[in-house]
Formats: sequence, C-alpha cells, structure tokens
Amino acid sequence: MNHSADVVIAGGGIVGAACAYECARAGLSVTVIEGAIIGGGASAAGMGHIVVMDDSEAQFNLTLLSQQLWSERVAEMTDGVEHLPCGTLWVAADEEEMAEVRRKRAFYSQRGVPVEMLDSRQLAEAEPHLRPDLAGGLLVPGDSVVYPPVAARWLLDRCGARVLTGVPIATLDDNGATLEDGSRVSGGVIVNALGAKAARLMPSIPVTPRKGHLVITDRYPGFLRHQLVELGYLKSAHSAGADSIAFNVQPRRTGQVLIGSSRQFGADHKGIDQPILSRMLRRAAEYMPRIGSLIAIRAWTGFRAATPDHLPLIGPMPGASRLWLATGHEGLGVTTALATGRLIADQITGRSSPIDAAPYLPARCIHG
Amino acid sequence: MAERVTIFVDGRPIAAERGATVAAAMLSAGIRAFRHSVSGEPRAPLCGMGICFECRVTIGGEPHRRGCQTLCQDGLEVSTT
Amino acid sequence: MSAPAIVVVGAGPAGVAAACRAAGCGRRVVLLDDNPAPGGQIWRGDRQQRWLARLADSGVEVRCGTTVSGLELPGATTILATGARELFLPFPGWTSPGVTGAGGLQALIKSGFSIAGKRVVVAGSGLLLPAVASLVRKSGGSVVLIAEQTSAMNMAAFAAALLSRPEKLAQSAEAALSLLGVPYFTRCVVESFDGGRVRLRRGNAIFECDTDYLASGFGLVPNTELAALLGCRLLAGAVEVDEFQQTTVAGVYAAGELTGIGGVEKSLVEGEIAGLAAAGAVDEARALFGRSRRARRFSAALNRAFALDGGLRALPRDETLVCRCEDVSHSRLKGLASWRQAKLHTRCGMGPCQGRVCAAAAQFLYGWNDQSPRPPVFPVPAGLLADPGSFEGEPT
Repeated sequence: MNHSADVVIAGGGIVGAACAYECARAGLSVTVIEGAIIGGGASAAGMGHIVVMDDSEAQFNLTLLSQQLWSERVAEMTDGVEHLPCGTLWVAADEEEMAEVRRKRAFYSQRGVPVEMLDSRQLAEAEPHLRPDLAGGLLVPGDSVVYPPVAARWLLDRCGARVLTGVPIATLDDNGATLEDGSRVSGGVIVNALGAKAARLMPSIPVTPRKGHLVITDRYPGFLRHQLVELGYLKSAHSAGADSIAFNVQPRRTGQVLIGSSRQFGADHKGIDQPILSRMLRRAAEYMPRIGSLIAIRAWTGFRAATPDHLPLIGPMPGASRLWLATGHEGLGVTTALATGRLIADQITGRSSPIDAAPYLPARCIHG
Repeated sequence: MAERVTIFVDGRPIAAERGATVAAAMLSAGIRAFRHSVSGEPRAPLCGMGICFECRVTIGGEPHRRGCQTLCQDGLEVSTT
Repeated sequence: MSAPAIVVVGAGPAGVAAACRAAGCGRRVVLLDDNPAPGGQIWRGDRQQRWLARLADSGVEVRCGTTVSGLELPGATTILATGARELFLPFPGWTSPGVTGAGGLQALIKSGFSIAGKRVVVAGSGLLLPAVASLVRKSGGSVVLIAEQTSAMNMAAFAAALLSRPEKLAQSAEAALSLLGVPYFTRCVVESFDGGRVRLRRGNAIFECDTDYLASGFGLVPNTELAALLGCRLLAGAVEVDEFQQTTVAGVYAAGELTGIGGVEKSLVEGEIAGLAAAGAVDEARALFGRSRRARRFSAALNRAFALDGGLRALPRDETLVCRCEDVSHSRLKGLASWRQAKLHTRCGMGPCQGRVCAAAAQFLYGWNDQSPRPPVFPVPAGLLADPGSFEGEPT
C-alpha cells in the first residue's frame, strides 16, 4: 500500500512526533513512519526531563524555547503524560562546585531564567535525604519532567498525522521511504528523526549511540522533591570517549524514583553492564544514603543520539534536495523536541523562527 | 503446642504461630485491606507466594515489603498505610 | 582443588531433587530460594516430606529469603528450578479482598492462615481445585462448591489416557467429593464476585451463592523470567531443554515446571537428571530418561484435559482491571497491538509484580506474545543491584 504526504517523518519518537505536530499545525499533511512503537526508543528509555541547559549559548536558546513550548502544551495534555513541575536542583559537593553554582546563577539570571542559590542548610531542607555535608546548590524551578511515550502519542493523536507503525523503514531517499514490506511512502519533504538509528539509513550523518542505564523504584511519595543533578556531571559526563556515571535522580509523578545516570560510547549491546550499573548506584548512594534501601523494580538501558559537538542536527541534509534531519539530541531529546519541531516546520514553510536556527544546521558538520 | 508470637499491625497486637507469615497472620485476624491500589481500591493477598505484590505492607519501617514472604517475629511492627 | 559450587535456584521439588543428587555426587551445592523455607509451593509447611529430610542430611548449603538479580549467572554451573505461578484471569470483582488464587489460598493456609469456620468457593481449572478444596475442609473450612471450567468429557479423556478403567476412577473421585458434600461442577465459571456474593454460570444456567472467600486459579504458568534474562531460549512459554535438562546456554540447566507444567513427578525426575548431569554423572542421569518421558506424557494429557475455554475471554467487562499494580482496565488494553505498547502507553505491567500477574492474563485475553522481562528478576533494594553477588539470606 502506498501513501504520500507533504512531509514524511521517519521515526515516531518524541522528536518525530513533535516535528509532525508542528508541521501539521503549519497546515502541511504529515505521515509518520514508526517501525516499532510510538515513543518506544530513547523516548521511553530516557528520563523525560525538560531542563534549561547552559553548556553553550546555542544549547541554552534551544532548551529555553522548547521549555516555553512545553509549558504551553502540558496543560492540555492527558493525565498520562505525568507532567511534574519539580524543578532541577544542581547539587554542589564542595566549594569548587559552589563556584560553578555561582557561575550558573549569573548565566541564568542574566538571561531572565529564575534561579535560587541554596546554601548547605537550605539544600538539606529542600532535600532531606541528601547527605548532610554538601556545600549547596542551584534550584532552577522552571524545569519539569514528563513521561515521553504518552506525550509522543498525544502529539500525534492531536495533530491528526497519519501514523504507520510496525513496519521498519528499509531505505530513505529524496522522495520518500521504502518500508521493509516493500510499500512506499512518498513526500515533498522527508525528515529523518530516527534518533540513534538515524545513521543506519544515512551513514554520512555523524550520530553515534551513547548508551545509558537507568533504574526505577517502587512508589515512595515525598522521598524526593526535585530532580537532582550533581555538578561533577559537566566535568565527567561530557568528556567524550570515556565511560562515565553521575548522580542524577528524579521524582516521578507516580511517587517512583528514577535513578541515573551513565554514559558510554562504543557499547552497542542492549544488556546491562554490571560494572557501570554498580558504579551508578553507588554514586547515587554516596549522595543519598537511603536510596540503597528503596525497592528497585526495573533496570534498563537505552541509546542517546550523540553528535560530535553535542548539538542536534536540525535542518536540510547537505547534498540532498528534500531530505531533512531532526536527530542528534543526545540526552536532551525530550527537552528540545518541541523547539526542534518548530524549527523544522518554520524552515519547511519559510516562516521565521523565534531563535537563530544556524547553530543546529547539519551543514556545520556534514558536507554534501 | 506451637509457640505464639505477637506482631503489631497499625499498632494493634495480633497473635500468630511462630513460622506463620505476616500475610497469613493478618488475614487470620480479619484484616481485609493490606494496601490501597493506585486508584484507591483496598487490596489483599492474591497469590500467597510472592508473585503478585498485593500483600505489600510496611515492615519494620520499610515500605513495599511482601507480607507473604516475611515470617512473624515477636514484636514485629507492620503498617498498612 | 575442589570444583566450584553448583548453584540451584528454587527449592521446590525440582530444585531439592537436583541439589540432593548433585551433592550426592560429592559436589558442593548452594540452593537458593526467595521463600522463607525450602519446599516450594507443594511442600510448603510439610515437615514430613522425605525429600526435605534428605535435603537436610545432604550437605547442601540452603539459603532462603535470597533473591537472584538475573544480571549475571548465579554460578558457573547453574540449575534453574524456578517453578510456576498461578494463572489468574480477570473477572468483575477479582481485585476485591476475599478473592485469592486457588493455589494462593492453599499457600496462605499452609503459611498459617486460619480458614476454620469460613465458607470457600473454589473456581478455575485443574487438579489443584479439588486439592485446595480438600485442604480447606481439612483445615476446618467449608467448601460451597468447586467450579471447573473444563468439561466432564475432557476430564474423562484425561483419566482414560492414564488408566485402564477411567469410568471407575471418575466415579470414585466424584463419590469421594460427594461424600465430602462438595458439589463439583464442570463447565462452570465464576462470572463475578461482589461483596461475598458469587455469580456463576454453568452451561447456560446462571446461579449465585454466598461465600467468605473465592479461590480462583486457571492452572499454572512457568516462571521463565530468570531463564530469559540469562539468555535461555524459550519454546511456547517454557524453557527449552535437552534430555539432560541442559538449556541453550552452556552450564545452565532447567528442571521442573519451568520446562513445561507437569506436576511433582515430572519436577522430581527432571531435578534428579539435572543434578546428576550438572555433576557429571551422565550415565546415572541417562538411566532416568524413561521416567522423564512418562512424566512428560502425563503432563501433555493433563494440559489437554484442562485447556482453557475461549469463552473465558469474555469475562472481563470494560471497567474490569487487568493490571492490578497500575490499575489498568480491560477497555484501555483491548485495542492495543502488543504487550510492549500496553506497557509504554498505559503502564500495564510496569508495577512491582513486573507483569507476573497481568502479562499471562493479557497473553490469554489479547494474544500478545512479545514479553521480554527486565532485570531484576524480582524487585530488590537498589543497593543490592549495585552488588548482585551478595546474598540476602543467611545459610540455614
């Protein structure tokens, strides 16, 4: 059976769903092709955080725009999206990390993002289960978490895109996609939103899988109030090439606690890496001694779509006339999904965008 | 005669034979709701063998422990909330 | 230099037999179980059991209250004997206190639950139902009736497969039960339970009765989660093994209900074979193959006799919950394409039972076969996942 649409989106994760949503809202007809289950890849495997980040000006602009778009959407989304406006609390272990807290405070404040600096005592009051000798932290109250598979489903249901699920894509080209059952979906514009698998069909895309581990607990309402991230995170986790773990825990609206995180390159098997899992859980227990006694009900892994410069690839594929990319979001796919969709829809329709799209254009690292 | 022990469920003393599980002792005492489900329904043990997790109670201050997999010990504190 | 210990997971009949036979070959054996005491479900609380007496004298190191994570092989040589659990099928009212499994009620009584003076309806399917009824009576409770979903004809065919004069057996079984004053209805199904009132359908007739407890179970399903996590291949919901009980993973054996539901005799002989084979006593293991084949024939006849009627799929109403951990209703599930979609889009199976109750029900109701368990095998404190080599239980 063959279909055609103005826009064909390969991949029904949160990014593909957001692209479909924005394109459909711009008046385009959209078909989404998902080989497995909507929101079932990195969207399901990740933490589902919506965080404003400050690694670079470009990352900040994209995450802030996307957070604004999320806050417009979540109010109308179904309950199953499990939106929890818990904020992020960046935790400083020592004076050196407090310097980072002050730098972050200045960065966010200068750009109009409300933040609050906490000293050691205020941190202990904000999160009583943290170990007592920590130096302080920075609270970013506007951050939140969602459950991405249901959010992706909602975006697709709401925008009325045609959704084809269950048959993977065999090839992508300038005119459309051929599925593994031989059927053909053609479109005016083809968007590769396949996440960590984006390079399988287009090998010149510099996206590599970066493996992560997570553990979720039974329900402990009130145990955790904010998403917590250690400030060693930036130093350790982004040092490309080395395996790393960091203390990153998150309350879910169910009362469950999500325990992360790990980052590995070159690990392509889906199984749990026990040494990494052990390090990750021990790190969490160093910050929150009680966390080891919480009942863990599930551990799993997933693959982030990493790019060399840690910025996503959003825009036309160099050397191709109608192929576009929306991938490479690494650990920020949920946060930046809605802004990605907006930029893609703006570029396809020739509209102007709320932010400068240049830093995310694939042409910066792909030469056609 | 089997030895008797006393456990405390929500503060109420319940006598049980040593070797009985917490779930069995609570059922024998007529307790109907071991926990409330995520939509608020009262629940009691279904499988009796550690599979279904319907008998989850707080035991010795630790939440989500299976009553059917825990033996009664004298003075054990159990809470259903 | 002594050989490394053989680790047996599960201390029911298969695991105990495996551990005893391996230890009998002079090997060091560690027997792990999640329950507070060895014996599994069938020997729970049974202090006279001769295999348990044998275990006590065997030199096997028994560690109860021990959870295996499934993240790594428990031992270089491992025998899985993780048994089976009950199949629960949803019907209106099945989540109410007062409704237990059939095997569930049996386990609770054996664990010290006093059923004396209480009325019980026993329902579902299988040989477990009369066994539960008998235990209830022996324990001072009264059995209102037994509702068996299969037909009298199927049960007679089962008896015929095993015995030369099946009519006699059927008659005597019925006689024994009627002597006890317990109605044993075939083709009879519980339609709903509401505050102590049970509504049943027998053929086309509907009737109601009052009870204190409803014990409902529809047979058994193998506990294959650990085997699947360790990479063993499954076949039709059971672990695939060769004649020596060797799975598709080197060094991993499986015995008993998880290789196919078949009862205690099958479990014992498979456990013995696995224990001997794992200890290298190949000829002694081979000598048991005949017994093993007979046990499997019995198992096949049993499963035919109590095959579930497709009409049971009509029992849940739209609002009937299927997933009891996350309270997901039949109406939210029935249109979905797969188990994984149900998990991701409705939270079905995402609670602490890890789908042990609802996945088997969903497989029957909706035909979903795409289950792939996530570690840990059972929920454990997060700290234990950091150090899966540690054991929670004390040696007994």
